[in-house]
Amino acid sequence: MVPPTQRLEVTLNTELESVDLAENIIMRVAEAAGFSEDDVHKLGMAVREGVVNAYNYGNAQDRQKKILLTVEFEQDQMVVHIVDEGSGFDLEDVADPLAEENLLRTSGRGIFLMRAFTDDLTVRRGPTGGADLVMCKKLPDRRGGNCRF
Amino acid sequence: MALQGTCRDVGEIAIVDFSGRITLGEGSAMLRKTVRDLIEAGRRKILLNLADVDYIDSSGIGELVGLYTSARNASGELKLVYLTKRVHDLIQITRLFTVFDVQPDEAAAVRSFR
Repeated sequence: MVPPTQRLEVTLNTELESVDLAENIIMRVAEAAGFSEDDVHKLGMAVREGVVNAYNYGNAQDRQKKILLTVEFEQDQMVVHIVDEGSGFDLEDVADPLAEENLLRTSGRGIFLMRAFTDDLTVRRGPTGGADLVMCKKLPDRRGGNCRF
Repeated sequence: MALQGTCRDVGEIAIVDFSGRITLGEGSAMLRKTVRDLIEAGRRKILLNLADVDYIDSSGIGELVGLYTSARNASGELKLVYLTKRVHDLIQITRLFTVFDVQPDEAAAVRSFR
């Protein structure tokens, strides 16, 4: 029998304060899940970058729109969704911030950092056509292989 | 903690001691204003002391990159000193050690300016 998934869902306003709020929520959840201090920090930073993307690019700072943050605990992984109400994007279209020609750009490192701090990152189409950023991290003592979701 | 910065001079070098978080919003705006004011005041040798900066996000990194470019365009130099481990790791994984001149301590930083 597949054990039930534990799920936390938070609807955030499209405002700068939501970035800190989302980061703090994830850090507390990650601490409770037994992640190391370093991984708690990394998860907080990954979610921060995801919510910043949703705020700035997905929802274009439109206060009428919302950002949906969801955390799910499956058998061996934590899966985070950050869904905006924009028009979506493809990861392939994101420029490589490590390329020589991009090093002096003042933006464009958020996706890279999300990838660096989680085990897997993908982008799906959200229910209203916006981006659904999906990040996952293996639970402590259960590392190895790609996340399944 | 919101970013705070205090400026002091060592000869021609403007040293800004920052403390707090350099993140999207007030932190990155404060960083930008402080350094741009120095550049606009004609300061050409600027050292950012980040010993008490325990957190920086991609917006903060972008701000640092922009200020590095601004200083360079004004024929000046902007350097960093005393990176905390987390800031150091971020600068490393984003390959920005190939851009920024990061000095190990203030004395070495002061000597390194042209």
